[in-house]
This record gives sequence, C-alpha cells and structure tokens, in this order.
Amino acid sequence: MSKLSKNAKAILRVENICKCYNTNEILRGISFEIKKGETKVIIGPSGSGKSTLLRCINQLTIPDKGSIWLEDEEVTQHMKDINRFRQKIGMVFQDFNLFDHLNALRNVEIALIKVKKMDKKEAQEKAIEELRRVGLEKQAHLYPAQLSGGQKQRVSIARALAMDPIVMLFDEPTSALDPELIGEVLEVIKNLAMGGMTMIVVTHEMGFARSVANEIIFIEEGKIIDQGTPHKLFTNPDHERTRKFICKIAELYGETANNK
Amino acid sequence: MMRENIMLIYQTYPYLINGSIITIGLVCGALGLGFALGVPMAVGQVYGNKFISGVISLYVWFFRGLPVLVLLFLFYFGLFTLIQLNLSAFTSAILVLGLRSAAYQSQIFRGSIKSIGEGQMLAALSLGMKKYTAIFNIILPQALRISIPGWSNEYAILLKDSAITYAIGVMEILTRANFVATRTYQPMPVYFLAGIIFIILTYGGVKLLNILENKVKTPGYGEER
Repeated sequence: MSKLSKNAKAILRVENICKCYNTNEILRGISFEIKKGETKVIIGPSGSGKSTLLRCINQLTIPDKGSIWLEDEEVTQHMKDINRFRQKIGMVFQDFNLFDHLNALRNVEIALIKVKKMDKKEAQEKAIEELRRVGLEKQAHLYPAQLSGGQKQRVSIARALAMDPIVMLFDEPTSALDPELIGEVLEVIKNLAMGGMTMIVVTHEMGFARSVANEIIFIEEGKIIDQGTPHKLFTNPDHERTRKFICKIAELYGETANNK
Repeated sequence: MMRENIMLIYQTYPYLINGSIITIGLVCGALGLGFALGVPMAVGQVYGNKFISGVISLYVWFFRGLPVLVLLFLFYFGLFTLIQLNLSAFTSAILVLGLRSAAYQSQIFRGSIKSIGEGQMLAALSLGMKKYTAIFNIILPQALRISIPGWSNEYAILLKDSAITYAIGVMEILTRANFVATRTYQPMPVYFLAGIIFIILTYGGVKLLNILENKVKTPGYGEER
C-alpha cells in the first residue's frame, strides 16, 4: 500500500451516480475514485445498491444521472463506443455466469477471438496462461458443469483477466460458494491485489476486506455512509450504523471486528 | 381374401413409397423454412424492441389461431391466386406448413432462450461483446441444444399434419392411398400400409433427432452431481 503514490491520477472516477427503478431509488448520488493499484472494498446490507453501482460502472445498467470516467475519457458520453470501455473493465459475477456450452479454455478465449480478433493460436496461448494464473490449466478442457463452484469462479476471473483490463469489478465473488471453496477464490483475488491490479470488490468477507483493501466504502440505501481505511472502519467509524453492520457481518462470518 | 390383400399391398407399395418421398420433401422443406424463420423470430421476440416483438406476436397469434386446413385453402385458393402467384400445390404446401411451423418453432426457441437466463448475456456484454455476437456465439448454441426435444415433437406433428395437404392435391402418401382405395374398393390394406409408412417415418425421424441430441450434448450438463 505504501508503494502507491499519494498524487497518482485516478484510473476510474464515479461522479454523482443516481439510479431509480420506478419510484425506488437504488443509488442516490454516489461518488468516489480509485487510483492505479488500489483495492476498494464496498460493503453494505443487501439491497443497498452495491451490485447496481458496479453495473453502472460498465453500463450494464445505465445510470439516470451522473458520470463515469475511465482514465481521461467519460464513459457515459461515449455509449456508442461502450464495448471499447467494457474490454478495459473486467467483471466477475456472484454466480459466475460461465458460458455453459464451452469448456474452461473456450470460455476464456472466446472474447479474445470474437472481440479482440486474435487468431486462434494466439488466443489459446493467452487463455492457457490466464488459466495457469488461477491454477486451473489442468482443468482447461472441462466444462462448467464438471467444475466445482470455486473452480468456476476462478475460470470466470481468468476470463475477465484475459482481456487485460485496467480495472476489475468483483460482485460478491464468493457469496454463491460453499464455505470450504471460498478460500481458493479469495487467494486468487489477493494475489491480483498484490500484483498491482486495480480492483473494486463488493463482499461480505471482512477478513479479506481488512487484509487487502486500501479503502472500505460502506453503502446503505444508495448512499455512501462511511469510507476510510480498514483500520478506521473497523475501530473507529464515523457512524454508529457502520460499526453495527461490521459487527453483525463479522459475527455471521465467524470473525469479530476487534481481533487483529 | 388375405392373399388378395397381401397382393394389393405388394402391388401398391412402390406407389406409396414414392408418395413418402414427397411427404419427406414436404416435411423437410416446411421444417427448414420454419427453422429459418423461427430462430430469428424467437430472437426478435426476446431481444427486440416493443414494435418488433409486437409484430412477431401478431404473426404467431395468426398462424397458431387458424386450423391448418383453413390456412391451406386461404393461401392456396385465396392469397396465391389473388396475387397471381403461380405455385404448385407442393410448393404452396411447403410455404403454408413452413410459415405455420415457424410460429410454433419460434415459441420452442423462445422458451429455450429464456431458460438460459440473462447472466451469461451480461457476462458476454461485460467482456465487450456486441449483443448480436453474444446471441450467435453464446445464447443460440445453447438454446438450440435445449430445443431439440421440443423440436422433435414439432417434427412428429408436422409429419402427420402433412397428410392434410391431400386436400389441395399434393401427391403425398395419403393422396396416393386414397387413389388406390377408391379404384380397388379395398381401403383396409391400403390405408393400413399408409399408416405403417407414417409410423416408420415418425419413429425414424425422432430417433435421428435423439441421436443428434446426445451427440451435441454439453459434457456434464444436466447430470446429477
């Protein structure tokens, strides 16, 4: 964390994002920015708008108001060109969303071939390299239905990484996993953070948040309630509500907020 | 009497077999046309805007709402004559059965597409794929696999519906059987033979689709773990 320079430019900037579904306000003016190599963890109760926020960043959900900046370009001004931006924003979903009819290797290489227009051989080499990075090169020829949940999620991480994104979004990457499979996925994400990947992670894994996050953002009812270093949020949050939430989640996941 | 019947069957079966070639051509043509129209219709209904899906719904409503015989007469004696389209009974039958089958097939494919869920589409889009690239490479390959059992149903139904083209004089199995029956005054053995041919064709086609289904099955998919 110390290697991050204080004055580094933001790689991704979220400005005053609002989103309503009918009369239901999901996001009410969310702003933050993330610098190269940072990991931000977003926490908050279910229904607080965390997933919607991530989807607004790569425009899978179109925000009603506000803007998204990637490097120096405003994504929200270039909707015709959205696929150029989406390639640079990797996304990992809660329920993996692997392509069920393709084996692990094809899952990773298909976007390289269809989007980056790489030739088959080059794409395959790249895909194998990415599978190796998540420890699954031996499973390259297995289909999603033949993989465990943890392996599926690692394939989906490899699939996103293959596009060489400059920022990665993780939407509760371990919430659909059996407890004994969570570790292997968190390990992969931790290694990415260590390797300097810029990441936004929505999660309930407080131990993980504490060990990798540069900053934790607490969202409730579509607004940022609290944000700061893990140390600050775990020990001395601005709001009582934040403390309660962290305590509750930590209790649920078998870790108290106070142990170090 | 028994001997006579066997003789009659023996004498007429080449004539009926030739008719079954017409039937097969008719069914293949209609299924093919139905497939070619049904797939884009299903895609349009699921992913298209309100106007496109509205037009498709109207089409489906029309072709599912009328009896096949009414459709045949309406097009063959009505529309095609009105616009002076000089089509043979065979071609007209393919068109009408095909257009009708498209309505049914589109609903088979629509169900399959919907069963895949939007997650994979979101994943494809998040990788920077265009929507139609995702539809062609991700959604349809899976939807078509899932559709095979329903589609084999459509084959079996269409095959037997094809006999109704007798009404506009297509020289298929039933039309020929009818000729022989009225000429020989021996309906029983002739219609019996026609029935056997239909059963064999149904069984064979469904069996072939079954083999196809197993051949293109995704490994591990749909198995208990």
